[in-house]
Amino acid sequence: MFQIPSNLADANEFIQRLPFSKALNMRVEEIGESRAVMTIPYDLQLIGNPLTGVIDGGVVTALMDTCGGLAVLIHPEVNPPMATLNLKVDYMRPANPGQGITAEATCYNVTRTVAFVRVMAFDEDRKRPVATALATYTLN
Amino acid sequence: MSKSGTESFKEQILQKQVFEGIPYLKLLGIRLDFVNDELTVALPFTEQIIGNHDLPAIHGGATASLLEITAKVTLCLKILSVGPQCETKSAILGEQGLELPKTISFYVDYLRSGKPLDSFARATVYRMGRRYASVQVEAWQDDRNRMFAQGTGHFLLI
Repeated sequence: MFQIPSNLADANEFIQRLPFSKALNMRVEEIGESRAVMTIPYDLQLIGNPLTGVIDGGVVTALMDTCGGLAVLIHPEVNPPMATLNLKVDYMRPANPGQGITAEATCYNVTRTVAFVRVMAFDEDRKRPVATALATYTLN
Repeated sequence: MSKSGTESFKEQILQKQVFEGIPYLKLLGIRLDFVNDELTVALPFTEQIIGNHDLPAIHGGATASLLEITAKVTLCLKILSVGPQCETKSAILGEQGLELPKTISFYVDYLRSGKPLDSFARATVYRMGRRYASVQVEAWQDDRNRMFAQGTGHFLLI
């Protein structure tokens, strides 16, 4: 069942129960009222360009989608279930090979039926984002 | 298309080997199927791509990955099939191997939840300029006429 994680340990347990999130080794680093921070450590299996060792864009997208979903789930006015309605990702630059990806998501508005989220993704260089995303999630 | 059918088929086989060697695609079990010079990309259902146990449903990130890679591979094939040699073509056929076009932005529209079934996707390059290309992708499962997700991507060619 969908249950609302109330602390970091619960949130990690929740994420680890999703097989795809587990396969990509996603971790929750921080949760706030409507904000979540999640990471994926660098892993050779996630490489999208064997010549450079850069992680595949799809991995970054998957992390941003999941992190955005978690930010919605922990928003005080949201009742599960929920699902992604749409997601638009802009890629600024390739992630540095050897470094993990961190996503920071904020659910900045919710209505009765839709939650609105923005996400930024970084590698170890926190000054220049790797990607940004805007997403909407269906509620109820 | 200026190439003969055989030559373009050879290129496709080459691309297939290159793409199927990408670790993330291997992890997902993504397969490229060429039928009559048309590419369909398949994402077989496995336990590990589940994102919601209760329904159950495929994780949106796995669906997005399928759409994005389909757009990229289709775009690569399009680049390789046009003209004898051009700037774009040399840019992707680097000295060490294939350099994929870079994604600038990608939009995913989740139309319905992905059921625990194999998924397929096919893309159309609807605009290819000198620097940018626009690609539309659709994904379906058991019914070809019932999309469960669609996407639009913009890619940087050089």
